[in-house]
Amino acid sequence: MSESAGKTLTIAAILCVVCSVLVSSAVVVLKPRQLVNADLDFKKNILMSTGLYTPGSDINEIFKRVEPAVVDLETGEILDVDPTTFDESKVPSDNIPTKLDVAGIKKRARQQVVYFVKNDGVVELIVLHVAGKGLWSTMKGFLTLEADTTTVRGFQYYAHGETPGLGGEVDNPAWISQWKGKKVYDENFKPAIDVLKSKVPAGAPNAEHKIDGISGSTLTMNGVEGTFQFWLSDMGYGKFLEKFRAQNDVAQVEVSNEN
Amino acid sequence: MKTKELLLDPVVKNNPIALQVLGICSALAVTTQVKQALIMGAAVCLVTGVSSMMVSLIRNQIPNSIRIIAQMTVIASAVIVADQVLKAFVYDVSKQMSVYIGLIITNCIVMGRTEGFAMKNKPLASFIDGVGNGLGYSAILFLVAIVRELLGSGKLLGVSILPLTTEGGWYMSNGLLLLPPSAFFIIGLIIWGLRTVKPEQVEQD
Repeated sequence: MSESAGKTLTIAAILCVVCSVLVSSAVVVLKPRQLVNADLDFKKNILMSTGLYTPGSDINEIFKRVEPAVVDLETGEILDVDPTTFDESKVPSDNIPTKLDVAGIKKRARQQVVYFVKNDGVVELIVLHVAGKGLWSTMKGFLTLEADTTTVRGFQYYAHGETPGLGGEVDNPAWISQWKGKKVYDENFKPAIDVLKSKVPAGAPNAEHKIDGISGSTLTMNGVEGTFQFWLSDMGYGKFLEKFRAQNDVAQVEVSNEN
Repeated sequence: MKTKELLLDPVVKNNPIALQVLGICSALAVTTQVKQALIMGAAVCLVTGVSSMMVSLIRNQIPNSIRIIAQMTVIASAVIVADQVLKAFVYDVSKQMSVYIGLIITNCIVMGRTEGFAMKNKPLASFIDGVGNGLGYSAILFLVAIVRELLGSGKLLGVSILPLTTEGGWYMSNGLLLLPPSAFFIIGLIIWGLRTVKPEQVEQD
């Protein structure tokens, strides 16, 4: 092994060039496949919340019914912006006043992408992206509402870091399944979801707003409730959903168990 | 040394985790599910094998003064390629394992083999030695993951074995096993068992 400075530098340079060519070609060759995967994964997360996805089904085929749109949360208007190139970090964001920040996220982008699931051109489901602080992490997920903007069709987190076995049970299909059919708004379209500390007792009044808590995960559950309260309020998708109801003639939603 | 010894010695006789106590960090992180442990094991086998072989190929050219950083360059390249391949072919798993594939770079086993073996041996022998040590690492990961996934979430490879009370079954899962510290206990028990069977592995005071 010779030790002259010249040789050391030459060997180092050759090694670096060879390794960088190797790494860059791997990245370039595999990039298209990775993008396809990332795209499929994203679509799968949306479809999981709508309940349209079952393992093994063709994600791209089902996703043909899904139509994304960019929404301005301040006005509730749908903007004429291409949703496929929308970047949340590039649009203005607002600080959330502490009193209203029940989801614990401090800031929210003024524009968000929403997804309409259509059936013969008629909106059947609305998928909203939601995020809120749990115990350890920001829990991100998709909430699917029916066209009355009130009835939950499905709900699925796609990213969270809650304690496995306790708060992490928000991924448990058995817990998720109870969301279907719950009403996120009361008769005056105020956010009404209430996550209890334990099971909802049989015959409880307003049971359609109440969700069984997971025991041992009070702080995660508070986060889930806060997430719903925030994103369905006027700071969140409230105005957009209000406009949607006005345009689509959604009458007062029937609420059973009225006082 | 014979090929068979090179390949199988590190699995029981000279296990990198149980005897040399290397590579513990990732053993804590990726053993909540058997599937993750298997993929991590396969990735480490390949990375250790390939980087040992490449280092061995150029061992007579590497100047002594920069040999560590030269080895690191080779290892880092191999790890990035492995990470990219996983992202392209098993996206779900790669997403769950997040940074831990990239952190193979810092796994002492890889560097230990290139510095300790590949710098003095021929490419083929180095490759086999690398894969062998990867297998030793995988074996421990696999055992730990079986215990953690079975008792922690009542499943093996995602298939329900012990039906959980939260899903209407009878098994009350042990939440501790889903948290990283539990891997310490299990690895400790494995080392204890191994050294009881093979007392020559016990370190002298």
